[in-house]
Amino acid sequence: MIQDTFERINQMVLKEFIQIFRDKRMKAIVFVIPLLQTMVFGYAVTMDVNHIPTAVYDVDRSYESRELVRRLTAPGYFDVLYRPGSPDELRDLLDRSKITFALQIDRGFSADLKRRIPTSVQVLVDGTDSNTGIVALDYANRIILKFQRDLSATRPAPAVRIDLRQRAWYNPELKSKNYNVPGVIAMVIMLTSLLLTSMAVVREREIGTMEQLMVTPLRPAELILGKTIPFAIIAFFDMVLVTVFGVLVFDIPINGSLALLPLSTAIYLLSILGIGLVISTVAKTQQQALMSTFLFYMPAVLLSGFMFPIENMPEVFQYMTYLNPLRYFLVIIRGLFLKGNGMSILWPQMAALLVIGVAVISFSALRFRKRLG
Amino acid sequence: MTLPPAIIATGLSRSFGSIHAVNKLDLAIDRGELYGLVGPDGAGKTTTMRLLTGILEPTSGEAWVAGFPVRTEAERIKEKIGYMSQRFGLYEDLTVMENILFYADIYEVARSVRKARIERLLGFSNLTPFVDRLAGKLSGGMKQKLGLACALVHTPEILFLDEPTNGVDPVSRRDFWRILYDLLREGVTIVLSTSYLDEAERCTRIGLMHKGTIIIEDRPKNVRSSLAMPMMEVWTDKVRTAGEIVRTVEGVSSVSVYGDRLHIGLKHKGAASAVLVMLEREGIAVQDYREILPSLEDVFITMVEK
Repeated sequence: MIQDTFERINQMVLKEFIQIFRDKRMKAIVFVIPLLQTMVFGYAVTMDVNHIPTAVYDVDRSYESRELVRRLTAPGYFDVLYRPGSPDELRDLLDRSKITFALQIDRGFSADLKRRIPTSVQVLVDGTDSNTGIVALDYANRIILKFQRDLSATRPAPAVRIDLRQRAWYNPELKSKNYNVPGVIAMVIMLTSLLLTSMAVVREREIGTMEQLMVTPLRPAELILGKTIPFAIIAFFDMVLVTVFGVLVFDIPINGSLALLPLSTAIYLLSILGIGLVISTVAKTQQQALMSTFLFYMPAVLLSGFMFPIENMPEVFQYMTYLNPLRYFLVIIRGLFLKGNGMSILWPQMAALLVIGVAVISFSALRFRKRLG
Repeated sequence: MTLPPAIIATGLSRSFGSIHAVNKLDLAIDRGELYGLVGPDGAGKTTTMRLLTGILEPTSGEAWVAGFPVRTEAERIKEKIGYMSQRFGLYEDLTVMENILFYADIYEVARSVRKARIERLLGFSNLTPFVDRLAGKLSGGMKQKLGLACALVHTPEILFLDEPTNGVDPVSRRDFWRILYDLLREGVTIVLSTSYLDEAERCTRIGLMHKGTIIIEDRPKNVRSSLAMPMMEVWTDKVRTAGEIVRTVEGVSSVSVYGDRLHIGLKHKGAASAVLVMLEREGIAVQDYREILPSLEDVFITMVEK
């Protein structure tokens, strides 16, 4: 009896794999989407902190001001593309996104330095691109401090002090962090598993094989397992694919325990496969399954902390994120990769994910069986 | 050992909201019958099939298939029956052989008998040369035969076919019926639904379905003669004009056109001569005429109108 069950599930899984590898669309979902997403998010984050388009508004036009600009541009972080002649011009460049970084050196900068009284330069950053903004400010900060130290060394006391006043325009908080590639693992697992599960079930209904399967001795539970195990396997494959790609191409560090990655992925998959099954009970055609998947996927990503910090969201949305499995898995996966967190820190996330997962998969299994009957 | 009757249904009903798809249906089908559920689209044929195969729960009433009640022992029934839904239920991206093997696996057909059985199924359905072809690349008739082969892979006792020849060319339909008669000789009970009345004629027994219930049930010949209505068939050149004229004759109850013939339903036998006299007076040449038994279509239309 148990052996028969095992054999039938096995045959369902094998059949599913044959079908996936014969279908161009399915193959694209399995192989292309993960790599494409990793590339997009990986490059968008790591490349942008070099060659930051920069404007320098130098009113002082002194040896010292030119020296500061030279030091700023030397490492290749900042490309000085514009030298505006007025504050309005500078503002216009930022407004039109011609530049994301601006340095303003006012008249009297060199004179103040020579008289050894505190002086200031202004740094402006386009905060809409918060990742680049925070990195650019950090670079500028370090370069200007170094400049200050070097000046103090050549000119004996009293010590020179340059007061750096930084302000990010449009988004003064700059809270987002740039660990996007590990986050891509979470997104890829979600997207591929949702799409494959919902579409594979709906396709059976569309072509009439679901009806045929229902008169075979195949039990509903076997059908559910046969329709989720293949996509769980593929999700694990994609997880490894993105991890290897992230480590090799983007030098993503793995600071935590690698063993926790498959464990947390498995718990995460409970929710995702469950949601895929629910979508398959709602959608009548594969197109509807596709649209329903994205209807869930987009808000799930937006309300996960992947791109926008949860603390910045209105309170109602913050509460909604507690229902989002992606939220917990992102904390786990970023903790594993970047912070080197272990079970002792991540267990609350794991527990929350497990509770949501068990609830969702139970609900979906019940609903799925009911739809069959 | 005597086997329980193939199918018994008492007061079987299924509603979808306010629609009574199947309404207090009674049915008794013996082993070895080729039973046809006949009726137009929407009569409740498919719902009946789905109730009897255990896919759908009845709203009320009960049915026994191969001796097992559908409500509580649907899983036992599934081992005894084969079912071919309207769309054949094939995986179009799998080959002919992969489709058959998949169903053989799901039905747990023992490895020892599997090879011989599949060869036989492929042989009688003439699919042997196409084993490696994708099911999606088969013609409609071949898909239908593959669907049948898949439904037969576990040698079911009772075979359910839901409009099996819908959208299949006439030659393939004839082949298909040859296969059904072979199965019947082997003792398989077959229940099929059809809206083609010429196919209904080939069943051993038929039930005419209308609004979710069976309005008349017997051998096709008996069903036709049960309509105690004399009918005549008239061959003529101008069927349409002739039809208009005949309709006005007293004692004529129905007129329908079949190609170059008219089927005329009569209230009494004597009306036949009145029809011929009228046609001659109007100058319509009658090539031939004869008394006929009403066709199933005639019966069906008359029954539904009652």
